[in-house]
Amino acid sequence: MSDSLLPLRREMDERAALPVLLYFGTGILWLLAGTVLGVASSLKFNAPDWLGSVPALTFGRIRPAHLNAVMYGWASLAGAGCMVWLTSRLCQVPVQWRGCLIASAALWNAGLVYGVGSILLGYSAGVEWLEFPLAAVALIALAFLLYAASILRTFSLRKVDHVYVSLWYILASVVWFPLLYVVANLPIYSGVVHGVVNWWYAHNALAVWFTPVGLALAYYFIPKIIGRPLYSYYLSLLGFWTFALFYNWNGVHHLVGGPVPNWLQTISIIASVMMVIPVLAVAVNHHLTTLGNFRMLRTSLELRFIVFGAMSYTAVSFQVAMESLRSVQETLHFTHYTIGHAHLGVYGFLTMILFGAMYYITPRVARWDWPRPGWISAHFWLTAAGILIYVGATCWGGFLQGRALNNPAEPFTDVVELTRPYLLLRTISGVLIGAGHLIFAALFAQVLRRMGPRREEAVTP
Amino acid sequence: MMFIRLSVFFAGVLAALFLGWAALVGVPGVQIAAVPPQPDLRPYTFEQAHGRQVYIREGCMYCHSQQTRPQGFGADQPRRWGRPSVPGDYFYDQPHLLGTMRTGPDLLNIGARQSSRDWHLAHLYNPRTVTPQSLMPPFPWLFEERAAEPSETVVHGRFVANRDGLDLIEYLLSMNRTYPVR
Ligand code: HEC
Repeated sequence: MSDSLLPLRREMDERAALPVLLYFGTGILWLLAGTVLGVASSLKFNAPDWLGSVPALTFGRIRPAHLNAVMYGWASLAGAGCMVWLTSRLCQVPVQWRGCLIASAALWNAGLVYGVGSILLGYSAGVEWLEFPLAAVALIALAFLLYAASILRTFSLRKVDHVYVSLWYILASVVWFPLLYVVANLPIYSGVVHGVVNWWYAHNALAVWFTPVGLALAYYFIPKIIGRPLYSYYLSLLGFWTFALFYNWNGVHHLVGGPVPNWLQTISIIASVMMVIPVLAVAVNHHLTTLGNFRMLRTSLELRFIVFGAMSYTAVSFQVAMESLRSVQETLHFTHYTIGHAHLGVYGFLTMILFGAMYYITPRVARWDWPRPGWISAHFWLTAAGILIYVGATCWGGFLQGRALNNPAEPFTDVVELTRPYLLLRTISGVLIGAGHLIFAALFAQVLRRMGPRREEAVTP
Repeated sequence: MMFIRLSVFFAGVLAALFLGWAALVGVPGVQIAAVPPQPDLRPYTFEQAHGRQVYIREGCMYCHSQQTRPQGFGADQPRRWGRPSVPGDYFYDQPHLLGTMRTGPDLLNIGARQSSRDWHLAHLYNPRTVTPQSLMPPFPWLFEERAAEPSETVVHGRFVANRDGLDLIEYLLSMNRTYPVR
């Protein structure tokens, strides 16, 4: 890269600093809150009477609070921060309309406090993934629109001719998500239609927001850090459009065997299997770009997180295609397997990529390097081991649970007993993951407070 | 080099979302919305509706589904959880509580399966007093400690259910879709 770009990069990073660090910092607070809620939910399975007389801490409240805190809090805020920075870099213009972004971060957090607080205090709307009351939904929708406005403004002033594939995902997500979020939250549905809308939304939230964030980052950072071009431009084109087309049709596979029309279940299953195409396109592209450069995983800690994420994406996507088949769903539906699958996606894929991206972006916008590289490595191993144990335990335990549930000779209490060791393993893995998060949060705080040796200039472009 | 015209890009992106919506929500929405309630299904009474709110508030649905699968698909039928449910069974459900987890048994027909108020009271106060292996949470705040009227059931020697607890049980007892599908 020519040195002539350096001053521009400096300026872009400086302009991005405040909004990005605001999204990152508050995102990390939600990560910590979400982790505590998650581990506590898991612990409740091992010791159901623990904190059993506190209404706000009953399992049925902290579990949705966990989901909302990590999805709309951690993943969304950290993701938005990454997208803001990435859009500026890819368009070669400083971030525009920073006031919008700062207002967005503030409103977003206000919505989250209100929403998560409502769930804990017993005012959940009662729909999975859509538990927030309408006032919180309105705040978050507004926050997202402000974020989208800034992204689109920055994009419209772009100084580059080529619109890189990461930007396709970013642009698509900023128009998709607000539409989806508002339509799904309309208080007009009931009965089985509501169930269909619910799972159309819950699956699509991943399709139109969370997965595009993860893929945009993987598409940018893998070639960037390795220092060689993306394996194939045409594959990424194919990957994008098949993704846009098929992912939208998947949601109803969550209701297979339920009281919804058969044809509907069938098209959802077919679309889920078709997802193999975009997934293969992305996988081949990412893995072949990485191939032959695995030694970089030793030197670049960011890359380590991101490649772990890209591999999880491939794994989790094949899981979906397989899992949605009727015969497989017959066993796995309603079990802890689904929970394991969800964590492989949102954690193994998205969160690990977010970690890698934040390790790359933070020192550049904060103009301060990470003080303790050894801690980053510890963070990686704790979370990588943690999520592998988590997914292993819940998927295997869930499979056994599903087989037992489908065996009418097996009393229900035996099914409960059978899952216990796996649920204990899940709590243990949650603690490992939580330890990794504490390290991450401590490192981030150290950068903000400029601790460690002064190495400002060492941060490469 | 531009990959395609931007207007085409955004039109394509919106069309993709719209197609998915139309197929998954629009068309089935029209199809299912035209389904009348099952004739034997009764609307919730005031108490049952309030109990349903308590069910939502306490997050029972994160462990209990409310949908029964047909013969040959899972063991719902041999476990006698009730005949396969149909859209007309859910006519009055807003929000829906179909659920996706069966950490506990399906509850669509719990009123038919377990009609004893006293059993539900003891179970809700602390499930392990009834089923030692249970990992269901206790709900002591649905009870209060006071002298009981003669008509009231006492659990654990000194607790009687409060309004929330009683209405939740009204709701559970009303969960009965065992009438024949018409
Ligand atoms: C953490 C998961 C969990 C939550 C939350 C939960 N349950 Fe349960 N529930 C179970 C398990 C496990 C069983 C089976 C063991 C038993 O009978 O306690 C069960 C059993 C039941 C049964 C008896 C079912 C039968 O077929 O005999 C009823 C009724 C019930 N739960 C109602 C509720 C209600 C009402 C709530 C919310 C206030 C609730 N449960 C919340 C896990 C849960």
